This record gives sequence, structure tokens and C-alpha cells, in this order.
Amino acid sequence: MNRFLNFVWKEFLHIVRDYRTLLILFGMPIAQVLLFGFAITNEIKDAKIAILDFAKDNNTQEISNKLLSSGYFLLYENLQSQNDIEPAFRKGIIKEVIIFEPDFGKNIERTGTANVQIVADASDPNFANMLIGYTSSIIMDYQAELSKGKTLPPMINPEIKMRFNPNLKSVFMFVPGLMSVILLLVSALMTSISITKEKELGTMEILLVSPLNPFQIIVGKVIPYLLLALVNSAAVLILSKYVFEVPTVGSLPLLIAECTLFLVTALSLGILISTVSNNQQTAMMISLGALMLPTIILSGYIFPVENMPLPLQLLSNTIPAKWFIRIVKGIMLKGVTFSYIWQETLILAGMTVFFITVSIKKFKIRLE
Amino acid sequence: MDDKYIITVKDLTKKFGSFIAVDKISFEVPAGEIFGFLGANGAGKTTAMRMLCGLSIPSSGTATVAGFDVYKQTEQIKKNIGYMSQKFSLYEDLTVKENIDFYGGVYGLSKEKRKEKTEFLIDLLKIEDAKNKLIKSLPLGWKQKLAFSIAIIHEPKIVFLDEPTGGVDPITRRQFWDMIYEAADRNVTVFVTTHYMDEAEYCSRISMMVDGRIAALDTPGNLKKQFGVETMHEVFVKLARPQSNE
Repeated sequence: MNRFLNFVWKEFLHIVRDYRTLLILFGMPIAQVLLFGFAITNEIKDAKIAILDFAKDNNTQEISNKLLSSGYFLLYENLQSQNDIEPAFRKGIIKEVIIFEPDFGKNIERTGTANVQIVADASDPNFANMLIGYTSSIIMDYQAELSKGKTLPPMINPEIKMRFNPNLKSVFMFVPGLMSVILLLVSALMTSISITKEKELGTMEILLVSPLNPFQIIVGKVIPYLLLALVNSAAVLILSKYVFEVPTVGSLPLLIAECTLFLVTALSLGILISTVSNNQQTAMMISLGALMLPTIILSGYIFPVENMPLPLQLLSNTIPAKWFIRIVKGIMLKGVTFSYIWQETLILAGMTVFFITVSIKKFKIRLE
Repeated sequence: MDDKYIITVKDLTKKFGSFIAVDKISFEVPAGEIFGFLGANGAGKTTAMRMLCGLSIPSSGTATVAGFDVYKQTEQIKKNIGYMSQKFSLYEDLTVKENIDFYGGVYGLSKEKRKEKTEFLIDLLKIEDAKNKLIKSLPLGWKQKLAFSIAIIHEPKIVFLDEPTGGVDPITRRQFWDMIYEAADRNVTVFVTTHYMDEAEYCSRISMMVDGRIAALDTPGNLKKQFGVETMHEVFVKLARPQSNE
């Protein structure tokens, strides 16, 4: 018994000595519970909408107020004409547009029926469904209030339209997200592993002593993975087009260019990871734990970023995949041109420069 | 600098923060010499070697390797040296031929030259049967001999060997040293660090490092005479004992 207890004690010592294990042991459950708890939410909070009010009367004003004071919606802009709707959606900020027909109030008075159109951005079908549900029920509420004490209750007919994904196929949402996860996995994970492998085997030292300069070594390591990942992204695109019938509405060359940019971002992340880890195991842990998990949860791949609490929203800004998913959704589903996604592109490019700069600094320190 | 010496080192120092890893070492190595670099673990051997290979910038002092300055001309130094470390330097998942071809290419050998070298090495090491086998399937001794041959594939002026014979049986070690002698006969300067005192006896001259300083530098014979002992082992113990736990 004593012998056995001794053994158990030894195991405890191992755990306490290794602060990484400790961190995983206690940190991971807490982080996961918080992340998932806040990220997986079926509530809508402050969703940005636009209103196109042709009637501008008391009724439409009251409905708008009711919607905006509910806490679910936030007015991003007032549109002036039908032509404003398309560009508003393409910018990717607003998720829903509510259109009141001309003479909305008069129609209620005269005929007892009025029409309101609710258009949602269905590139994220679940979120669009939720938005429509919330909006409709608020409008129904209003209708009930109006009906009080009236013999002939007025009718407000909501007409629902799903933009970009009329059939609400969930694959529309998954393709961009999957693409970013796959590209990130191949690029960041594989590069970091292959560089740390050289360190582990001692071949890195030989390479550093050789006339190859560090820049050539890094770029040389990265090029094969860049090509492989490009083949991967082509495979995802082809599959989604011919098997799941997700069209690429926008420009294919632009999409490929953006994919390449994201690949470079991911590869530079991989290099950065490899400069801070000394063996393949650590590189894999960092890639999977610190990269994949936040990418899946916080990028908007599965859970809409808009519904997360502010701290998580801010955190999500640091995740390259978030910007890439917005770009891919924009090009594939909405057919936007570069002028709509230049900001996201710029952010990705900036992140890439940052990762590379830090890697080079770290690499040099290691050489010291 | 004197042309006779292929390596000249004067007051070379490396500090990591307040820790002085290498403390004002000075020595010269003539061409074709087998220069042994001995010392306890942590005595500063590897740090000194890394500075000479252009892997680490010295904190102060001067040094030239093959006539090039270790501060400014690290690129030229890298072209003129070969290097083999205590860890394995060959790719386990590549074949013998692929490894030779890769390293030949890294050192800028032409395609024909690489082919010629490959045949020469396979013949020299008598590994005709294994030339298309993966490195990981070869015995340790073969790997080490192959690694050394590849380290001098570009016929460098100097080859740096960092504990090249770790974990190898005495017979293979002896064969390995035969290869080192052959290289030295071709006027390749060999700069070698080791833990094995029997290997120290094979060197032309030996420098003993203790706590970042060179405590003694002479031929093995002279060192033994100086300390009045029979073997290099005793020399090492006498020098290293007061300062270290080994």
C-alpha cells in the first residue's frame, strides 16, 4: 500500500512541476465553459438593421420604436430608396432590412391591412431565421396592441425574403468557415510542425551553418505547404460548387487572391508558433489549442459574433479567420467586389506583417 | 592576420546578460591541424564553436575563420566550413542518396559534381546496398560516418565537429577517427569538441576550457608531462575538478 501511495504521490509531483499541464488542467475547463457558454447563444442582441420607410407615418414610427427599444436591434441606417438595399447588405454590417410600404398607416385605417417586407442576410441561415422570428413577433405584438377594442382587427402582413441564400441551406454558412479552418490547419499546423521537426532532429542547426540564409530556409519551408493548401482550397471550392451547389457569385480570381493572402497569414502564424516552441508536440498543442479552438468558436464560423458579449467580440477581432470568413462570404455568396472588402483584406495583411516581424525578431534572438 | 593560421581568436567573449559563457579566449589553429576542444558540460565549448561558425555574434574580441571576420563575413565563413553536431544531421525520412544530393545542393555543388560525389561516398563507405534505403534504417555508426562525409562534401577548409561520436561503440569511434585523419591529411582543419578522453589523445593539440576560459592549451603529450600524469583523463580531472562537479 505504501508503495502504491508513493507512486500516486510521484504522479502528483509530475503534474505540479509541469506548469503547462497545470494550466491545461485548470485553465482549459474554465476557458471552455466561458467560451462556449457565451458563444453558443440563441439570443439576439443589438443586431444591426436598416429601415426603409416609404410611409413615415405614426404606425411605422411606432413599429420602428418598438423594434429598436426591444434591445434586439440597433438601427444602423435609414435607407432612402430600394436601390440602397443591395449595397447596404454587401457592406456586411447590417443583417436585416425592414421595408414599410408607402401609405402603411393609411392602409391600416382604410383597408385594415398593411404590408411590411423583412429582408434578412441569409448567408448565415440560422441567424437570419432568428432575426426574422424576433422581428415578426414584435410586429405581431404591435398588431395585437392595435387590435384592442376594435371589432375589425387590423392585419399587418410581413413578407419575408432571404437574401443571398433563399433556400436557407446551412452549407452556405459552413463552406467559408470550413475553408478557413482547413487552410489554417494545413498551413499553420503543418509549417510549425515541420520547422520544429528540424529543430528537434538537429538538422536546423546544420541548415543555419550552411550558406542558406534564414530567410531562404523559412521561405523554402513554406512554399510546398502554400501549394498544398492552394490545392486544398480548390478542392473545397469545387466540392461546394458541384456537390452542394454553393455558387461563387463573385470574382473567382479575387477569391483565389484572398485565399492566398489568408494562407500567407496562416503560414506566418505557423512560423511564429515554431519560433516559440522547441518540439513538435508543443507546436501541435499551440496550433490546436490556441489556434483551432478560438478559430472555430470566435470566428463567426458557427456562432454569430454579433451575439457574443462585448469582450468576446473584441477578442474575435484578433482572429484572422473572422476576417477571412467575412471576405469569403462576401465574394462567394454576395458577389461583392474588392471595394467592399478592402478593410478586411488590409487587416489580414497587417496581421501577416505583424506575425512575420515578430517571427524574424524571435528567430534572431534564437540565433544569438 | 597571419596566413599560416586558418583560425585566429583574440580575447573572444560571449555574455548572456550577466553570465559570461566565454571569457576572453585566445588561440590560433594552423591549417591541417586536428584541434581538440575539451571541457566539462557548460564550460563554454559549444558557445565558442557557435561563434566561430557564424551562428552567434560575439560580445567582444576578434576572430577570423578561413580569413573571414566573424562579425561581418559570416556568409563567407559558412561557405568555407563544414559542420556536424552531436545531434543527427541527416534526414531520417530521406534515402542515403537523397541526403547526399540535398546537402551537396545546399553547398552549391553542380548536378554532375553531386552525382560524382554520391558515387564516391557510396563507394568509400561501402554502402552500395543501402544507397536507396532510408537513413532511419541504418545503424548508428554508419549514419555518423555518412554525416561526417556529408559535412565535408563541399571540401571545406575547416570542419567543426560538435561531440560527433556521442553514443557510438569504441570500434566505430576508431573508424570515425580514421576518417578524421584522412580529412586532415587532405589539409582540412578539424575543430572537434569531445567528452571522450581517449579521443583527446588523437588530437594534434588540445585546449581545455574551464568556466569559459582556456585553462590549458598544448599537445596531449606536453599536457600530460606538464601535469605529471599518465592519461588525458587525469589531466582533465585535475583541471576541471576544482571548479566543477564532474
